[in-house]
Amino acid sequence: MVLNCRHVWDYISGYLDNTLDAQTRADVEKHLAHCEICSAVLDSTRNILILTADDRVFELPLGYSERLHARLTQAMLEAPPLNE
Amino acid sequence: MIVEVLAGKTESFHELIRPHERSVYLMALSLLHNEAEAEDAAQEAFIKAYRNLNRFRSESRFSTWLIAIVLNEARARLRRKQPALTDSIDDTTEGSVTPAQLTDWREIPSETLERQEIRTLIRRALTALPLAYREVFVLREIEERNVQETAEILGITIASVKMRLHRARMMLQKQLAPQLAGAIPARRRRFPWF
Repeated sequence: MVLNCRHVWDYISGYLDNTLDAQTRADVEKHLAHCEICSAVLDSTRNILILTADDRVFELPLGYSERLHARLTQAMLEAPPLNE
Repeated sequence: MIVEVLAGKTESFHELIRPHERSVYLMALSLLHNEAEAEDAAQEAFIKAYRNLNRFRSESRFSTWLIAIVLNEARARLRRKQPALTDSIDDTTEGSVTPAQLTDWREIPSETLERQEIRTLIRRALTALPLAYREVFVLREIEERNVQETAEILGITIASVKMRLHRARMMLQKQLAPQLAGAIPARRRRFPWF
């Protein structure tokens, strides 16, 4: 099946996650081979996903862990976990 | 360790949660957008997990259970601030997101994240996603949960997870691709060592 750009955009996630059936994947690749725009959409999406998942984007506040465990210790002193 | 805590060795709870501190905080932050409030919500979520540990069922993963608790905590806080807040999204209607159409893309290496402005651009784009898309995106892409787990945590179907994730990705591409391309010119991306 010949796909147009809009079809290919709908398949970008499936293509990245490798969840497309073999025929659709082949159709998408055929389109990508000659379409600069869709190739750029795919490459930029892939690139952006790598950047967003990087640990440096969201950093833990300084002292977060210490404050958490201090508060937990306090909560544990106040009440034990429920038991049934 | 869970059995130990329930048997009275409460200090084991500290060790039990250590591997999950970051993911619980990030889930709260992705909904609340405020570091102090996200930290408070994460602390509350861990205290609730401690107090209700007997309700944890070993069929599910401990990390999945924790994430569901912090998600509820963060959603409750959001609703208190914005009572009209709704995350109802129609996953069935057509309505593709049109991505940013560039004619080529030069890879932006992860090293550029050393720049504060790049991290800010990405955080802003994530914040701008509708809540229902943001939840799915954070669980799938940042927390690295699989589709099944994400559906379970959010109480939605697998088809909805896939649809929301796809739209979230396209929305991020639409917003971020031109911004990142503008912030990091192609010449520098091609020869980052110059």
